[in-house]
Amino acid sequence: MAQGFLRLDAIVPEELNAEAIEVLTTGVPPVPYGTPLAEAFLPGTFARRLVDLPLIAGALESLVGPAPTVDHHAVHVREPQGGTAQPLHGDAIIDTRADAFDVQLMYYPHEVTEQMGGTLLVPGSHLRRTNESDTGRYQNLLGQVRLTCPAGTVLLLHHGIWHGGRRNDSDRRRYMFKIRFNPTVPQVRLWDTADLVDPAVAAELAVQHPWYEHATGRLEIYNRVALWRALTDDDGFDIDYWATRVTNRPRRTA
Amino acid sequence: MRQQVLVLYLATSALDAPVVGWSSYDGTGRTAPATGDGDEPPYETGVAALLDGWRLFQASQLIPPAPGHEYGTSFLKHEFFFEKLDT
Repeated sequence: MAQGFLRLDAIVPEELNAEAIEVLTTGVPPVPYGTPLAEAFLPGTFARRLVDLPLIAGALESLVGPAPTVDHHAVHVREPQGGTAQPLHGDAIIDTRADAFDVQLMYYPHEVTEQMGGTLLVPGSHLRRTNESDTGRYQNLLGQVRLTCPAGTVLLLHHGIWHGGRRNDSDRRRYMFKIRFNPTVPQVRLWDTADLVDPAVAAELAVQHPWYEHATGRLEIYNRVALWRALTDDDGFDIDYWATRVTNRPRRTA
Repeated sequence: MRQQVLVLYLATSALDAPVVGWSSYDGTGRTAPATGDGDEPPYETGVAALLDGWRLFQASQLIPPAPGHEYGTSFLKHEFFFEKLDT
C-alpha cells in the first residue's frame, strides 16, 4: 500500500530457475486477454508451476483474490551491453480506479547484478495519475530501487508503479518474465487481517518516500487512506486526521 | 556552442529546497546519462547548482489544482531547468 510492491527474494527453487532460461528463450505461448488463471497455464507447464508455488499463490490470493484472470504475459530479454534504458513508465494506460488494482508479477530466474541493470522501481509512485511513459523525463528519483537480486526472486507490483528496464552493461543476457493479473472479486479484506488494528499498519501507511515533494507527500497519505478504506471496507479509517479534517462539515441549524 | 542540460526536481517551489529528483542531457556527447544511472543527486539544492555555474533558464509555474482534483497526485511539481554552454 505504501510501497506499491512486494519483494520476495529467492523464493523460486533452483530447479525451476534452471528450467526457466530455456522456457523463456523458447517463449511462453500467448493467452487471450482475460483468460482465467486456471485455463491460461495448464497443469505441469512452467508458468503454472511458478504461480502455484505456495508463497506466490498465497500472495496473489491476498492481493487479487481467488480465480484472477491473466491479462497478459511477456518475456523481457535485455541483451548483453544492451543499448538504452527504458524511459520511466507505468504499464498500460492511465488508470483511475479508486477501489481496485491489478497485480504484475515479475520473475527473475537468475541473479541480477548492478551491472546487469535490473528493473528500476520508484517506491510509492503507484497512486500517481500519469499516463505510461509521460514520466520518461525523470531519470533518477531519490530513494529509487535499482533492483539487484538473487536468482528466483519475484516482485509483485501494483499496476501503477513507475518502473523501467535499466541499461544492461554486462556481458550476460538478462531475463524477466512478467504476468499481469486482474481481480474478479471485490478486493476487500482478501488477506489475513488479524493484525489490522496493529499500530504498525497505520505507521506503514504513513511512510514518506525521499522523492516526494513535501506538500504532495501529504496528499499521498490522503490517497492511501482512501484506498485503505476501500480495501478494508472501513469508511472511518484515517491517519493523523488527514481525511477527517477536510471532510468535516457540521450541519448548521436555523 | 553546445548545451548541457540539468533538470532538478525540488522538494518545494523554492530554488534553495532539497533535490528529490534529477535528469541530465549532454549536448557535447561526452556523457550518456540514462534512466536509473545513479542514486546520488548531483547537488543538494537548486542553489548549489547555481553556485557551481549552472544557469537557470526555466522554472515550473505554480498552478492551482483544478476544482475537484485538489487531492490528485501526478507529475512532480517543482521542476527547474539549468544549462551550461560548452564553447
